[in-house]
Amino acid sequence: MSALPDRKGRFGEFGGQFVPETLMPAVGELEREYKRWSRDAEFKKELDGLHREYTGRPTLLYHARRLSEHVGGAKIYLKREDLCHTGAHKINNALGQGLLAKRMGKKRIIAETGAGQHGVATATMTALMDMTCDVYMGVDDVQRQSLNVFRMKLLGANVSAVESGSRTLKDAINEAMRDWVTNIATTYYLVGSTMGPHPYPLIVRDFQSVIGKEARKQILKVEDRLPDVLIACVGGGSNAMGLFHPFLRDTNVRMIGVEAAGGGLDGGRHSASISKGEVGVLHGKKTYLLQDELGQIREAHSIAPGLDYPGVGPEHAWLHDTGRAEYRAITDEQAIEALQLLARTEGIVCALESSHAVAEAARVARDMSKDSIIVVNLSGRGDKDMPSVADYLGVEL
Amino acid sequence: MARNRLKKTLAKLAKDGRTGLVPYLTVGDPDMETSRRAVLAIAEAGADIIELGIPFSDPIADGTVIQGSSQRALAAGSSLPRVLELVSALRKDTDVPFVLFGYYNPFFRYGHDRLAADAKVAGVDAILCVDLPPEEGKDMARACKAADIERIYLLAPTSDDARIAAVKKIASGFVYFVSVTGVTGARVSAPEGIDALVARVREGVGLPVGVGFGISSAEQAAEVGKYADLVVVGSALVRIMHEAGSDGAEDAARRFVAELRRGLDAA
Repeated sequence: MSALPDRKGRFGEFGGQFVPETLMPAVGELEREYKRWSRDAEFKKELDGLHREYTGRPTLLYHARRLSEHVGGAKIYLKREDLCHTGAHKINNALGQGLLAKRMGKKRIIAETGAGQHGVATATMTALMDMTCDVYMGVDDVQRQSLNVFRMKLLGANVSAVESGSRTLKDAINEAMRDWVTNIATTYYLVGSTMGPHPYPLIVRDFQSVIGKEARKQILKVEDRLPDVLIACVGGGSNAMGLFHPFLRDTNVRMIGVEAAGGGLDGGRHSASISKGEVGVLHGKKTYLLQDELGQIREAHSIAPGLDYPGVGPEHAWLHDTGRAEYRAITDEQAIEALQLLARTEGIVCALESSHAVAEAARVARDMSKDSIIVVNLSGRGDKDMPSVADYLGVEL
Repeated sequence: MARNRLKKTLAKLAKDGRTGLVPYLTVGDPDMETSRRAVLAIAEAGADIIELGIPFSDPIADGTVIQGSSQRALAAGSSLPRVLELVSALRKDTDVPFVLFGYYNPFFRYGHDRLAADAKVAGVDAILCVDLPPEEGKDMARACKAADIERIYLLAPTSDDARIAAVKKIASGFVYFVSVTGVTGARVSAPEGIDALVARVREGVGLPVGVGFGISSAEQAAEVGKYADLVVVGSALVRIMHEAGSDGAEDAARRFVAELRRGLDAA
């Protein structure tokens, strides 16, 4: 299973390289360079060192006793990616690709961002590695994540508000790809999730797999056995792939990806590409997409801006089709409830994205025995979401 | 079924030693009827081949002009099936070759075989899919070939010999050389030595070469016509039509294409 993607960048029928011809030499170059450096011992040593001294890895695997008791049922463990430097798992990928860009001699980095977490992680990396950074972000996201916009600017990045289309993450990606096509010789496009053309879904998965590798080791140490269930939220799907991938061969470990049901799956205002989408091609890859019968892409909706994308990483599409992972959806309302529940039982305020995983964990744990184990990827911290949560709860700040 | 009009036109251009003029417009901007009249007008004014843009929600290879045009066309209800209907209707009045120009997802959703068959019946001569490189385009190419639809592919200044070889294997009709690395409508001058690049592509692929991206005046068209077999003009025409409004778009398109034609013929 871990031999995928194949030589053509495919996970079954999903993935591939659907890009304009101008970009074909660039994705080819990236494939060759990644192949070379991913086998390089010095590269690995440098990245491990950064994670230890800068990111704060390994992150904790925390037994959420009060939450587990409250829910009644399985033991819930939280993989604390919210404790990473910059407050989310995105830094794992930004540092990895930053080192790759450096090896490739590229000094200008571009990135897209939805919630702003990937933008902040990228801006952090470029400050550390002395590179220039341009971040594309939909106008609507710029408004609802103003704190992260300010952070990026403070870190020396230039943030461009994207006015076109639905003015959210997908349009930020469109604009980043236009920049890449234009400035291909000098620029490295640092894709933030397990999406885009091959080899990005592979690269991002590999750099995020540190999450699952650590979690596997940690749970074996504490419990002396593997967990029964892994749960993570899925927008593009990078934190989920990072947790899932090192467990793919452990076929007794169930894996649940949680999509955003927004206002409800039946209403059409959601981001549940696997649950409600159809196969199509967008942003370089074949995968499940929210689209109409004519192949036009629909707008996605979620209270969690990091899940607000009308597609999903191709490896998730494949895990869904093969049945190796299950995909479910949690509404805005359920996510807000879970965020409050975790805050009050454990004193942890997690991101709205991660709240979707917590909500699903609470639902699943209830029906499991007291000695069964769930590991939830707590992908980010919730500070950035406080204005949205207050707004949702009708509280004026 | 009619012999492919594109093949015929390309053969005639080569025989006469003329540079072909290939205007692009987004079908349905501002509405289907205006597009219909504009197509007939530019065919009369001297277009040798016409690219019919199928609007897409996420046009990653296009600059602001065609992005805006696509959004207006979608809002006006344009779609691949409606473009095919329009082509059918246009075939009563014109034999100018039509190239469908679009992004892959609407084509993929329609289905390769169904698309090729319906396009042929409607009167389409070729298909160009911006985000479908040769490696991913084999099924589509097979379907088109079976229906006698030409397969147009892009090459760029970034294309090395391996890319040229990949396109040679699958392309037919002509090759579209993107003269600048960038999005459509980019206002930058063509790179140094573009004539040599075009010659290399022509020799490498063995097909006539159309050159586009950023051509906005008769002078530029004439300049490009010195080394290109076909000159493609997209964003400039779309912008001129938009600025003229729906009542003036047809006349504006006719005047602009006639001017480009004169520029090419004088060169």
